[in-house]
Amino acid sequence: MTLTDLAARLGLRVFTAGIPLDRPVLGGYASDLLSDVIGHGRKGDLWVTMQVHPNIVAVAVLKDLAGIVLVNGRDPAAETLEQAAREKVPLLGTELAAFELVGRLYGLGVKGS
Amino acid sequence: MSPRAVVDRARAVGLDLIAVTDHNTTENATAVLEAARGTGLAVLPGIELTSAEEVHILGLFDPAAELGAFQDEVFRNLPDVPSKRKFIEDQVIVDAADYVTGFSPRCLFGATLFSVHDAVALIHGHGGLAIACHVDRDSFSIISQLGFIPPGLSLEAVEVSPRLTVAEARTALGPFDPLPVVRFSDAHKPEEIGCATTDFIVASPGIGEIRLALAGQDGRRVIPS
Repeated sequence: MTLTDLAARLGLRVFTAGIPLDRPVLGGYASDLLSDVIGHGRKGDLWVTMQVHPNIVAVAVLKDLAGIVLVNGRDPAAETLEQAAREKVPLLGTELAAFELVGRLYGLGVKGS
Repeated sequence: MSPRAVVDRARAVGLDLIAVTDHNTTENATAVLEAARGTGLAVLPGIELTSAEEVHILGLFDPAAELGAFQDEVFRNLPDVPSKRKFIEDQVIVDAADYVTGFSPRCLFGATLFSVHDAVALIHGHGGLAIACHVDRDSFSIISQLGFIPPGLSLEAVEVSPRLTVAEARTALGPFDPLPVVRFSDAHKPEEIGCATTDFIVASPGIGEIRLALAGQDGRRVIPS
């Protein structure tokens, strides 16, 4: 399953227009503590969070995550969006809360470790 | 933590300088300043501000600073969620003689809408020093919440909790260079006052001197504890 597939099937908003979404999503991780994601996120994971600080982009790069989905209708901070564009980190969003989004992702075959 | 108990305990354990840093409010600082008057204990008004990322940032101010506008700005950015009465009753506002004069009606343990950058800018805008709190803790620490200290965040220092020494924190979490590392008690009970301290080599216990010590300027400095 690629980000394109997931975005289409779950109606995710794409904040980073122009960044390819063809990368396969290998798994998922949900956390709002960036230190936790640094510790437990895996390469190719789609990260579900409500943190919008620019540091989320650095964590996604560090862990080679497939992308980030911001929940609860949160918009990325301006600098976060700039950094995501610069680092080519796909940044998506949904009005859904984390619990609901993760449930739907799981139903589509995106699993945790 | 009544003002007189705080002052008595601080003096009993030999402190020269303390700061009053309630969560998201400076409302009780004046009472402690007054309670300490004439005792030889210096008191800085302050705050432990909760950012939108749930990072705790310490703001320390000059005792003469007018903090009304600062506090108004904090309250404007602290979501006014209805709080339970039992919490409100814990959020007393007191005078220097320990009398309860009111209650802070806001949910003070909540997060403000300020990003860490906005929180630091607000503190600086009112002449304060901004310090990232208890960076070694698993919650409400800039490291736990944001993974690392964002580049360009103009903190004056980072603080470690009493659980470990500055040297241990540098080993476990990184050097924090070029930021100085201080260690404070984060006391929530009188008996915790003084359980961790930091020595500042300064001419007087004022905010300007502390600023110089943190910057390592003019012969002022911090001795890591």
